[in-house]
Amino acid sequence: MSLNLQDVQRVAKLARIAVSDDEAQAYQQQINGIFALVTAMQAVDTEGVAPMAHAQDVHQRLREDLVTEYNRRTVFQALAPQAAEGLYFVPQVID
Amino acid sequence: MINYGLSRLSSMLASRQISSVELTQLFLERIQRYNPSTNAFITLNEAASLEAAAQADMRLADGNAAPLTGIPIAHKDIFCTEGWRTTCGSKMLENFIAPYDAHIITQCKQAGMVNLGKTNMDEFAMGSSNETSYFGAVSNPWDLAAVPGGSSGGSAAAVAARLAPVATGSDTGGSIRQPAALTGITGLKPTYGVVSRYGMIAFASSLDQAGPMAKSAEDCALLMNVLAGFDARDSTSLERQTEDYTRLLDQPLAGLKIGLPREFFAAGLSDEVARSVEAALDEYRKLGAQTVEISLPNSSLSIPVYYVLAPAEASTNLSRFDGVRYGYRAPNYDDLDDMYEKTRAQGFGAEVKRRIMIGTYVLSHGYYDAYYLQAQKIRRLIAQDFTQAFTQCDVIMGPTTPDTAFNRGEKTDDPVAMYLSDIYTIAVNLAGLPGMSIPCGLDHRNRPTGLQLIGNYFSEAHLLGIAHQFQQATDWHERMPDAFRG
Amino acid sequence: MTQWEIVVGLEVHAQLSTQTKIFSGASTAFGADPNTQACAVDLALPGVLPVLNRGAVERAIRLGLAIGAPINRRSVFARKNYFYPDLPKGYQISQMDEPIVQGGSLLISTASGEKLIRITRAHLEEDAGKSLHGEAPGLTGIDLNRAGVPLLEIVSEPDLRSAAEAVAYARTLHNLVMWLDICDGNMQEGSFRCDANVSVRPVGSTTLGTRCEIKNLNSFRFLERAIDYEARRQIELLEEGNRIRQETRLYDADKDETRTMRSKEDAFDYRYFPDPDLLPVVISDAWIARTEADMPELPWRLRARLVAQYGLSDYDAGILTSVRVMAEYFEQMVLASGGAAKQCANWMTGELLAALNRNELAFSANPISAGQLGLLILRVQDGTVSGKLGKTVFEALWQGEGSVDEIIAARGLRQVSDSGAISAMIAEVLAKFPAQVAEYRAGKEKMLGFLVGQVMKASQGKANPQQLNEMLIEQLGRPSHPD
Repeated sequence: MSLNLQDVQRVAKLARIAVSDDEAQAYQQQINGIFALVTAMQAVDTEGVAPMAHAQDVHQRLREDLVTEYNRRTVFQALAPQAAEGLYFVPQVID
Repeated sequence: MINYGLSRLSSMLASRQISSVELTQLFLERIQRYNPSTNAFITLNEAASLEAAAQADMRLADGNAAPLTGIPIAHKDIFCTEGWRTTCGSKMLENFIAPYDAHIITQCKQAGMVNLGKTNMDEFAMGSSNETSYFGAVSNPWDLAAVPGGSSGGSAAAVAARLAPVATGSDTGGSIRQPAALTGITGLKPTYGVVSRYGMIAFASSLDQAGPMAKSAEDCALLMNVLAGFDARDSTSLERQTEDYTRLLDQPLAGLKIGLPREFFAAGLSDEVARSVEAALDEYRKLGAQTVEISLPNSSLSIPVYYVLAPAEASTNLSRFDGVRYGYRAPNYDDLDDMYEKTRAQGFGAEVKRRIMIGTYVLSHGYYDAYYLQAQKIRRLIAQDFTQAFTQCDVIMGPTTPDTAFNRGEKTDDPVAMYLSDIYTIAVNLAGLPGMSIPCGLDHRNRPTGLQLIGNYFSEAHLLGIAHQFQQATDWHERMPDAFRG
Repeated sequence: MTQWEIVVGLEVHAQLSTQTKIFSGASTAFGADPNTQACAVDLALPGVLPVLNRGAVERAIRLGLAIGAPINRRSVFARKNYFYPDLPKGYQISQMDEPIVQGGSLLISTASGEKLIRITRAHLEEDAGKSLHGEAPGLTGIDLNRAGVPLLEIVSEPDLRSAAEAVAYARTLHNLVMWLDICDGNMQEGSFRCDANVSVRPVGSTTLGTRCEIKNLNSFRFLERAIDYEARRQIELLEEGNRIRQETRLYDADKDETRTMRSKEDAFDYRYFPDPDLLPVVISDAWIARTEADMPELPWRLRARLVAQYGLSDYDAGILTSVRVMAEYFEQMVLASGGAAKQCANWMTGELLAALNRNELAFSANPISAGQLGLLILRVQDGTVSGKLGKTVFEALWQGEGSVDEIIAARGLRQVSDSGAISAMIAEVLAKFPAQVAEYRAGKEKMLGFLVGQVMKASQGKANPQQLNEMLIEQLGRPSHPD
């Protein structure tokens, strides 16, 4: 399995990363190199093997429904590229 | 004094032979002097360090000191540290002052340890050479032309050059053990879930684990006593009884069964590393251990599995870096999508973007089963290999890396070659097991070699003891690069 | 000409009534200043991690039990990946392959009788923040207070066949989530939102047509109108020989139409995968049993019981079980009234609801306690006050003038049942109206009503009417001689 240039552009779009045509070609080559490595997986018979998502076979701990956080807006918004009057701002969103 | 272990420094602090301020000043001066050549640190805040040291001194004077109160420590810049710039090695977070402390930072503060500074790392911990850092490559103190390994290369270089007595690191596919091996220090990646991930900037959530990097196994054990423990803020943090990681340091090794996976001693391993690992195993036999050959038949698949799972998790973990709430935002853009795309294109480096794209691809519609799901199934086979192996032995040993440190620039154009330097370490993360690297020799260029120790789940104390016994009998861990002796 | 059938499935997002968010300890209180209830986890600061709120899981279990659905003993959270400024992590934590509730059904009342609507699933997920337009030119403001608020997405099968059925289903579900105390049901605040999947097909066809999803329907009226509009639009397209494009559409209430949602135009690839930061949620049998024991009697069961136990009409029972507090009120009132269930139902659906409507009050804001209203019924039943003066007592209770007995005493409303007193008043009236008495005796029986009225008037309305009637007939019936 190898990616063509359109695949690279489609993936870059999904990941919201601007990629020039030259960059796309470089990525295509490198990613295909990595996928060549990955194809070794395809031959393995995994019939009946349960996928392993976590290192430990434990289950989710639940938090009690109690308020533990307080308002830190001033501190948090000082980190923002664009914020004013309590809001974060982005270029206009069109529904 | 720069070579003293933590217990010795601790007793000097306790007996007031030295103050924490003096000790901190000593290391800050060394950093001033040697950081230009190593680039081990990204951010320093001497005033904050000295203030913390002064407070530690008060605590020591008041007699309510903890074992490591007053000891300076360097933190990998992946750990959010309140009031400190926390960059994760990325332009994306170049100006990010963390508004909160990672769990392990809190633990170190409560123990009275002094934050010396934030160490350099591969960008978002993606790399094996520390060359992907936005803040420049780190040099290996043993040879400034060589890489220190990665991604915890700054922490490794800082400890190796004695710019810090001890440091924190994080390990997703070998990021503590591989740089430890390449710089001749001792590092431990604990069992997944033993150290909280809260506040550690995520790379691959199901594999990431923080751990200590130090000059010796004993120091790693002492720092583990601070780092480990349950944290309700991390759903994957395990609720276990507190343990003393130093308790088995003095346990003799007679009767210890060491498993040697034949796959770790096959083609691809350099002769020099093989020789020093063999010598270390001989030392273990002298100490009363036996060796048995074992097999980890699926271990060769760990690299492909890892390069599906880790990028998949990373691709979505890194979606939050979108230029909206914090971090870098591109200066010019046409609309919202353009803002996202330029921000992420400019804010992330090439390796990070490559992995985000791989991860996005393997999760995308139509490929999920073939890649992600298949990788998760093989992950289980790899973990089962270890379960099987531990029925035949107490600990698994082998090389940490196939070769000693390579030169900067040697593998930067070939990601696949770079990825292969983690071939022996990755399976441990996939299984979630604890693993260590301890120094076991120097090659003909005077570059360190590392011995990897892999234990069963929660066997950290045992592993540390096995490593400590070796270090009682040898002096590889006491070696330091000549250029930094002054 | 083709006859068309409308096929609708609803996705309802019920905001769960927890104190805190699904994965953080930030408050969910509505109406706070922007971003003052968005903590580090809600903002997706680097390094933060989610921890699941027990209250959210508990509420999902309650719904599952109420709709007779199996509760999955193991469910999994997944990441749904897409970029949007109100989605801080760049993914929404939701459930995909293994939701907490799978199956179940809801019985609704339609014009043609009752109908069982199958429920596909209900899963837990987090809400997104809010985008605010017009705060600054060319910019959208982002408020993340709502980010991370727990939602239960309840998905029905495409079993609904008209806008009216869709509304009936949505209302029944709305009533249920409030009944179960898992959602406040406040539609203005967005606590209960509907998305409708609408398609049409020729009557008799068994395959589904291409559907469009209409988002963001925050009132039953909009739900009904949007489905009607959308079905008409699709039928027109098909009749003109066009095809329906599967898409997400937005209902514009001002124009009463649906339109393509531009931001959703791209084919989405959400890249679902299990969230590695969260472990499988395991629900024990004991937890389910505990929750079941703690469940209120379900509205349809209670309705049937009100009919069987109290002899109410199904209609009245339906009204009394439309809100849980109302049903509880009714049963308390019956107890206080000494078991006069029918009278209680009449008073509640009559006087009380009328007064609440007049004053635009919700039932929960009712100023009269069930005990007092029940007691009033008892006082009418035992003859302490007349039915008519009971209404005066009701008004005084509403105004907060005191308890039933205090009002009766203070206002002197006690019914006169002393036969001597009534007899005296009758004699007085008979003496005052000899002509009318004569007419009655001559056979003009309707004069009785006039005379009863006069005696009642003389008693200031307090005479026991039954007693008065009997005594008056008796006294009139005797031969009367002026000498």
